[in-house]
Amino acid sequence: MPTSERVIEMNGITKEFGSFRANDDIHLDLKKGEIHALLGENGAGKSTLMNILSGLLEPTSGEIKVKGKSVNITSPDVANELGIGMVHQHFMLVDKFTVAENIMLGREKSRFGYIDKKSAEKEVQALSDQYGLKVDPSALVENISVGMQQRVEILKTLYRGADLLIFDEPTGVLTPQEIEELIGIMHKMVNEDKSIILITHKLDEIKQVANRCTVIRRGKSIDTVDVSKTSQQELADMMVGRSVSFKVDKKPATPKEAVLKVEDLTVKSNRGFDAVKGISFEVKAGEVLGIAGVDGNGQSELIQAITGLTKSSNGSIHLDGNNITNKKPRKITETGLGHIPEDRQKYGLILPMTLEENIALQTYYQKPFSSHGFLNYKEIKQHAKRLIEEFDVRTPSEEHSAASLSGGNQQKAIIAREVDRDPALLIAAQPTRGLDVGAIEYIHSRLIEMRDNGKGVLLMSYELDEVMNVSDRIAVMYDGKIIAIVNANETNESELGLLMAGVPLKEAKEKADSKGKEKETIDSSI
Amino acid sequence: MNALDIIQLIVSSSLIYAAPLILTALGGTFSERSGVVNIGLEGIMVMGAFMSAIFNIFFASTFGGWTPWLGLLAGGIIGIVFSLIHAVATINLRADHIISGTVINLAAPALGVFLTRAIFGAAQTGPLPESFGITNIFLLHRIPIIGPILFGNTSAPAFFGIVIAIISWFVLFKTTFGLRLRSVGEHPHAAETLGIKVYAMKYSGVMLSGLLGGMGGAIQAQAISNEFGILTIAGQGFIAMAAMIFGKWNPIGVMGAAIFFGFGQSLARIGTYIPIIQDIPSILLLIMPYLLTIIVLVVVIGRSEAPAKLGETYVKTK
Repeated sequence: MPTSERVIEMNGITKEFGSFRANDDIHLDLKKGEIHALLGENGAGKSTLMNILSGLLEPTSGEIKVKGKSVNITSPDVANELGIGMVHQHFMLVDKFTVAENIMLGREKSRFGYIDKKSAEKEVQALSDQYGLKVDPSALVENISVGMQQRVEILKTLYRGADLLIFDEPTGVLTPQEIEELIGIMHKMVNEDKSIILITHKLDEIKQVANRCTVIRRGKSIDTVDVSKTSQQELADMMVGRSVSFKVDKKPATPKEAVLKVEDLTVKSNRGFDAVKGISFEVKAGEVLGIAGVDGNGQSELIQAITGLTKSSNGSIHLDGNNITNKKPRKITETGLGHIPEDRQKYGLILPMTLEENIALQTYYQKPFSSHGFLNYKEIKQHAKRLIEEFDVRTPSEEHSAASLSGGNQQKAIIAREVDRDPALLIAAQPTRGLDVGAIEYIHSRLIEMRDNGKGVLLMSYELDEVMNVSDRIAVMYDGKIIAIVNANETNESELGLLMAGVPLKEAKEKADSKGKEKETIDSSI
Repeated sequence: MNALDIIQLIVSSSLIYAAPLILTALGGTFSERSGVVNIGLEGIMVMGAFMSAIFNIFFASTFGGWTPWLGLLAGGIIGIVFSLIHAVATINLRADHIISGTVINLAAPALGVFLTRAIFGAAQTGPLPESFGITNIFLLHRIPIIGPILFGNTSAPAFFGIVIAIISWFVLFKTTFGLRLRSVGEHPHAAETLGIKVYAMKYSGVMLSGLLGGMGGAIQAQAISNEFGILTIAGQGFIAMAAMIFGKWNPIGVMGAAIFFGFGQSLARIGTYIPIIQDIPSILLLIMPYLLTIIVLVVVIGRSEAPAKLGETYVKTK
C-alpha cells in the first residue's frame, strides 16, 4: 500500500529540442509503494520525461527531488546510484550475451578485472527467486522468449539496487498470459516497498494496477487523479483533451457503383504456395468493406496484389473501370488508389527522409512539385505544411525526419498523403496498429469521411472490434478464400469469430444464435 | 631433404610469414569488436614497418640484439598515433569507417616513402642491421620429434603473436574490459544505459588495433623484407582482415586463420623444395595468398557473424 512518503518529486520540468518543447512545466510526484501510471498519447512527452528521470536526457529547466533531496541526474550511472531503474520499451539487451552477462554488464562481479561468472549467475538466480522472475542465467538472450527478455530487463534494474522502477509501455510485446504474470510481479514489487511508474496508453491496464495516474498532453501535465475514482472514459477524455468516443459515429452507408472489382484472383505467397485462392468481391463507392481474419490467411497477399506490390497468377482486378491487374504500382496509384500499408515504417515512409519529402512521395514527379527533372522545394514545403496543419501531424517542423515522429503521427502523415490525392479507393491495412485511442478515433473518422465523400474504402484489420465498428460490410478470409461476406449491422462477434476459424456461414449463424440466446437467458437471470 | 626436414621447413616458414598477420588480425578483432571497422590496418602496418626500420637503422649500434624487439614497440606506438586519426574521424566526427580507413591507407605509404627519401635519398631504407632472424624456442625445441618441427629454427615474433592471441582471447571473453568492449559493438545503446562509456571503449578498441597493427608492420619489416620500401607491406593488412573474418572475430580462430594465410604466403618461397608443388609455375605460387584470401572469403563470408553494430556510428543521446 502506498504511504505518504514521497520518493520522487519532479517540479516544473521543461525539455526543449531546438524550438520544440517536448516537456513543458511538468509536475509529477511518486509515493513510496505506489504504482503510478503516466498516461498520454503517442508523442505527448512521456518517454522524454522518463529519460530525464533515468539520466539519459538532461532537462532544460526544472527540479528533481529524490527522497526529499534535490538532485542532478546527469547520467544513467547517477540514476542507478539514486535507485532509479528503467525497463525500456525496446529492450536494451545484447542478444549475443547470456542473461547473467546482460544483467551484470557495467557492474560485473570480478577480481582484478577477471569476471567471476559463477557468483554472478548465483546472484541473478537469487534475485530471480526472490521476485518470482523466472530466468535462466546462462541462456543466451537471443534464444529466450520475449517475456523472459522483459524479466531480464527488470532484473537488470533490481541487480543495481533500484527501488523505483520505470516501466515504459511494458505490455505491448507480451501475450495475455505474460501480461497477467507481469501484473503479478508488479504487485509483488510494491509489496517489497518498491515504487513503480508505469508509462502506458492502455486504459484498462491503468484501471487494473495503478493507484494514481498523471495525464500528460502535448508536453504539459494535465492532472493527477486517483484511479479508483476515475472512469476509463474520463481518463481517455483527459488524455486526448476532448470527449472521445470508443464507438465510431457514422450514418448508414449509401453505396453506389463498384469502384473495385476483384475476380477469381489467385496470388502466390513469397514462399511459393497459393496464399489467395480464387477470390472474387467488389468494393462499392460510398462503403467501407472490412476484411476480417486471423493473421496469415492471405489478407496481406491480397492487398499486395491489388496495390501492385506482388503479381497475381490468375484472375483480374478492375479499379474504377480500368484493368489494373499486374500493373506497376505507380500506374495503379495514378488510376485512383490510396494505400495505407500494413507496415508503415517499411512500406509507408522512408524514415531517414524529411516529413515534407515523405508527404511528396506519391506526387513529387508531377507539376507543380517538379519540372524538367528538378524538384520545386518551395511547393513541396507549402504542400507539406498545409497537410500537417489539416491532418494535425504533430512534429517540430516539416523538415524533421519521418523517423523522429511518434507512430501515430507517422500514420497521420501517410493518411494525409494518401487521402489528399482524393483516390477513388482507399486501402487501409492495419491502420491503427500500436496507436492510442485519440489517434485511433481520428483515423476511423477519416476513413468514414472518405466513405461519406463517395469513395470506396477497403479496411483490412486483425482487430475484430475495428472491423465491426468501421465497416459496412465484412468479408471474412480463411485459408486464402473469402468464406463469407456479411453486413456489419447483422452480425456479431461470435459469428465472425467462428467464420474466422473456418466454420461455414450457415453453421456459424446457428451456433452464434444459440450462444447469443444462452447469453440472453443468463443475462436475464442475473 | 627428408620428410621431417620438409615438414619443419613448411611449419617454420608458415610461422615466419604468419607473424605479422597474427598481430594485425588481432588488432582488427579488437577494433571491430568495439564496432569500428578498421580497413586502415594496411596503412597502420606501413607506418609500423617504416618506424621500426628507422629505429632499427639508427639504434642498432646502441641496443644490439634487442633492437628488433624495441623496433616492434616503436612500430606499435606509431600505429597507435595513426589509429587515433581513424578514431577521431569515425567516433567523434561520425565519418564513414571505410572512407576514413581508405584515407589512412592512401596517406601512410605516401608519407612513409616521402620520409624515407628525405632521410636516405632513396625509395628504400636499405638492409636493416638487426633483424629477428631465426631462433629456437627456449627448451621446447629439445622435445623429441615435435620439438624441432614446431619450435626449431623458427620465428620468435610468431610465438609472440601466439601468446598475444591467447591473452587477447582471455581479455575479450573473461574480463570486464572484454565484456564491455563487446557490448559496445553489439548494442551501444544498451551499454550506455548501463553507464558504460561507449566512446572510451571504442577508442580502446581502435587504439589496440593501432598498437597491434603497427607491431605487425614492424615484424614484416624486421623479419621478412628486412628493409622498408613501398613494397614492404603489399596487402598484408587486407589479408589480416580476411583472417579476422575467417577466424570469426575470435582471437584463437583469428590466429589459426592467420597461420593458414601465412602458409599461403610462404609457398612461393619454399615451393621449390617441396615435391609436387615445385612443378607449379612460381607466378601462381606468388598470387596464392591473394587467391586463397578471395576463396576463403567467398566461402566463409555470410556464414561468419560480425558484431551486430559493426560500422555504425553511435550518437549519444542528450
